[in-house]
Amino acid sequence: MANLHRFANPNRFLRLSRAILPWSASLTVLLFIVGLYFALFASPADYQQGETVRIMYVHVPSAWIAMLCYSVMAAASATALIWRHPLADITARAAAPIGAGFTLIVLATGSLWGKPMWGTWWVWDARLTSVLILFFLYLGHIALSRAFDDPTRGARAAAVLALVGFVNVPIIKFSVDWWNTLHQPASVSRLAAPAIDPAMLRPLLLMALAFTAYFVTLLLLRIRAELTSRKIRALQLAQASAE
Amino acid sequence: MKPKRRRLYFVLFGMATLGVAAALVLSAFQDNLVFFYSPSDLAERQVEPGRRLRLGGLVEAGSVQRDGSTVHFTVTDLAQTVQVSFTGILPDLFREGQGVVTEGTVQRDGSFLASDVLAKHDETYLPKEVADALKASGQWRDGAENQALEGSEGTAQ
Repeated sequence: MANLHRFANPNRFLRLSRAILPWSASLTVLLFIVGLYFALFASPADYQQGETVRIMYVHVPSAWIAMLCYSVMAAASATALIWRHPLADITARAAAPIGAGFTLIVLATGSLWGKPMWGTWWVWDARLTSVLILFFLYLGHIALSRAFDDPTRGARAAAVLALVGFVNVPIIKFSVDWWNTLHQPASVSRLAAPAIDPAMLRPLLLMALAFTAYFVTLLLLRIRAELTSRKIRALQLAQASAE
Repeated sequence: MKPKRRRLYFVLFGMATLGVAAALVLSAFQDNLVFFYSPSDLAERQVEPGRRLRLGGLVEAGSVQRDGSTVHFTVTDLAQTVQVSFTGILPDLFREGQGVVTEGTVQRDGSFLASDVLAKHDETYLPKEVADALKASGQWRDGAENQALEGSEGTAQ
């Protein structure tokens, strides 16, 4: 009976996510179509960077999602450690590969942007290095959460790693303010008005919404898949012990 | 105390300790985390010639002189200046009044011999027409100037 009780909440999640998924998925497609149209066609070239500025519309939203995803993972890990909520471990485990993917996109697009603008693929400044550390934190989390035979032990070790690594998130955000770096400071989230023209801010925010909808869709799908695979395992174990 | 409450305090205490530890470590490594030195830093520190370092600032307007494939220019932070010479291909964004980070060594005469030049741009994004219109109406405040001022404030801490 204790096991059935544990599945009470996940079942409610399965119903809820089934209702949300079609909406979030179609919103993702719609926002990407509109966002990409504005990013690639209906926005001006930059006065200094020219057409290269369009890399920003992929680079910046994926950076935001990479950090949002880590924050979700850290919050889920704290919930799992403190309240032992069964969905929390699963959420953290499902979020890690998504975050690693977005971080890889940030690093790759940043490199492709850095070569023509700065004149280098990579430098070891505080912003770039802290984002690389974020990528390794994601990889470490993926490895650690799957390294134990007993999944709950792996989940606990990975949760501690996720919380410790959370220190890196404010460091990434403020690295460009605390130290001098090759990377420029924030254009949008700053106390003064955004240092970015409205004609370029619009595609950026549309793409940010598209990436967010995409992230929500991916996360829901992955949590559902993880729940299903745990149910299958539980059924197999029950069957094996019944024979 | 209930176990949940105890775990909550444990996590909160752990995160707070970790945050303080990270802040202490980062402030201790302040000097090493800086990507480049400004001309003022260089004047302050009396760097011995031959040590490799990065020097950053603005390319002073009117200072760029080409001598075959070698380029001479002055890097300034609006307080101090350093003479830089560089042989090689400059990045597209390299221009007078623009931010730049150079890597190389200080020479005996106080000038800087760069082996790499990187362009640094600021956080302003504008369509070309808007930038031209602002310049024409005299409302243009050079983004690069802001960047240099912010940079020198940063190093003054």
